[in-house]
Amino acid sequence: MMSDQKDEKKTERRDFLLTATAAAGVVGVSAAVWPLIDQMNPDASVKALASTEVDVSSMQPGQSLTVLWRGKPVFIKRRTEDEIKQARKVNINDLKHPEKDEDRAKNPEWLVMLGICTHLGCVPLTDKGDYDGWFCPCHGSHYDTSGRIRKGPAPTNMEIPKYEFVNTNTIKIG
Amino acid sequence: MSDHEYTPSSKFGKWFNDRLPLLTLANHLTDYPTPKNLNYWWTFGGILTFCLITQIVTGLVLAMHYIAHADMAFSSVEHIMRDVNYGWLLRYVHANGASMFFLAVYIHIFRSLFYGSYKSPREIIWILGIIIYLLMMAAAFMGYVLPWGQMSFWGATVITNLFSAIPLVGESITTWLWGGYSVDNPTLTRFFTLHYLIPFLILGLVVLHIWALHVPGNNNPVGIDIKKPSKDTVPFHPYIVIKDAFALLMFCIVFAMFVFYQPNILGHADNYIEADPLVTPAHIVPEWYLLPFYAILRSVPDKLMGVVAMLSAILILAALPWLDTSKVRSAVFRPLFRQFYWILVADVLILGYVGAMPAEGLYLLIARVATAYYFAHFLIILPILGWKEKTTPLPLSITEPVLGGSPNLAAARSDERIEKTIK
Repeated sequence: MMSDQKDEKKTERRDFLLTATAAAGVVGVSAAVWPLIDQMNPDASVKALASTEVDVSSMQPGQSLTVLWRGKPVFIKRRTEDEIKQARKVNINDLKHPEKDEDRAKNPEWLVMLGICTHLGCVPLTDKGDYDGWFCPCHGSHYDTSGRIRKGPAPTNMEIPKYEFVNTNTIKIG
Repeated sequence: MSDHEYTPSSKFGKWFNDRLPLLTLANHLTDYPTPKNLNYWWTFGGILTFCLITQIVTGLVLAMHYIAHADMAFSSVEHIMRDVNYGWLLRYVHANGASMFFLAVYIHIFRSLFYGSYKSPREIIWILGIIIYLLMMAAAFMGYVLPWGQMSFWGATVITNLFSAIPLVGESITTWLWGGYSVDNPTLTRFFTLHYLIPFLILGLVVLHIWALHVPGNNNPVGIDIKKPSKDTVPFHPYIVIKDAFALLMFCIVFAMFVFYQPNILGHADNYIEADPLVTPAHIVPEWYLLPFYAILRSVPDKLMGVVAMLSAILILAALPWLDTSKVRSAVFRPLFRQFYWILVADVLILGYVGAMPAEGLYLLIARVATAYYFAHFLIILPILGWKEKTTPLPLSITEPVLGGSPNLAAARSDERIEKTIK
């Protein structure tokens, strides 16, 4: 009997050692692997290119401009009265991704957004599509004059980046 | 490994083989008993090995001239085409070699589907094959990005964006894959590294694939188990070697036709325009070998579900040995399955066609029907067929129906009678 108990205790000690060693091993290996994974994330030089300033003084109503910010196109559109009206009269409950135009364009005349289709990242074409906004030629997503998704596979509206008017002629993106 | 003990004849050979049994392995590979009824559809394994080696060798030398940098990649490829000695040939062989590789792998896969080569006891061979196929697609996709043309850039953008469909962590994963906020130089350099690595992973898996094959031995057009070695087998060398070599020669004629006469017919003109992050080409299309899956992706109107459907279309193949419930391997003895097999072939070709067309109107409708059928084939038709279908009688051996004494005794006897009357 005594020896049996001893044997049981021995296996328990072994089990503990095994589990503890395995656990320490997992932690150690994870710590070693993390730098190998994290090196693929955006590096300091990529992060440093965080903001872009754009001169918009020459833009007329109806015109749009595409600028590059963080390697991505940003659409700057000076909207006409018609386009603003069209964007604002929509009942937001009908939208796939309900957002008010007032929230997307603080200054109604200026729409600044990432020119990237939220489906798979193509650059939509300006003043095209069933809603006179943007149309993505890749998989057929239609956006309205506020850059909101109206028809097609894209799940959300085109993203509004952080931006501000430095003065009346200059927009700072980022 | 070998079915009989092997002793090298030379004294040195014996000394060496006792320490590292390479000669035993070589002997196993040459004497390896192979079913004698293998047809030309069985030659694509050898052809695929040739394709892999061609890609590795041409890729290796192209890498000596290519520069993996967003500002220089495009012009370095043009430099290969214009300045490097035989650079045009090496690049055209490598680029068309990828297409030939996929052509051969599709024939190889559909061969397995027809003759039931994925069934017990060959499930592991089949699954290893699916992993190789997935790696091939990854390698091909990343290789297509390297010339840094418009299709390279936008193809990479669309495919990496597939990961953004993953709930919660999708955005972080795409940023991590890109090494930035869009496809850019960091993306190109890591794709080059991985494109270089994957062929060697494939090579390792091919060794496992062949190892797993040599345990039960080849399936065969009749699909029955055979004793090996026996009257039903022939040694791999010279019988299969010479047959494989002849098929490879024919294959190389087709390969050379593309390389020398139509080197760009399988590519897209847009890829001769340097990558521009501000302009998306009007019509983004992947390479032909990915079109059926692209059609499945686009046929689902929801982003996440589209990605899920596309991945499932490939992964469902891994479950095939258990979805096909029929005990009979070869379609030769499965009259109903044979018909559904050809419908599936047509279905995949249709998916490939609509994948190349714009996703709208009738094309979209056809893509949806074909996608639904693709899944129905594996999830509904195959399980039910195995249970309902009345298969025709299997021969007892490969040799039997040829040399007489087939299970169909009446037919065999009437043959004998004819022979007697001729005499």
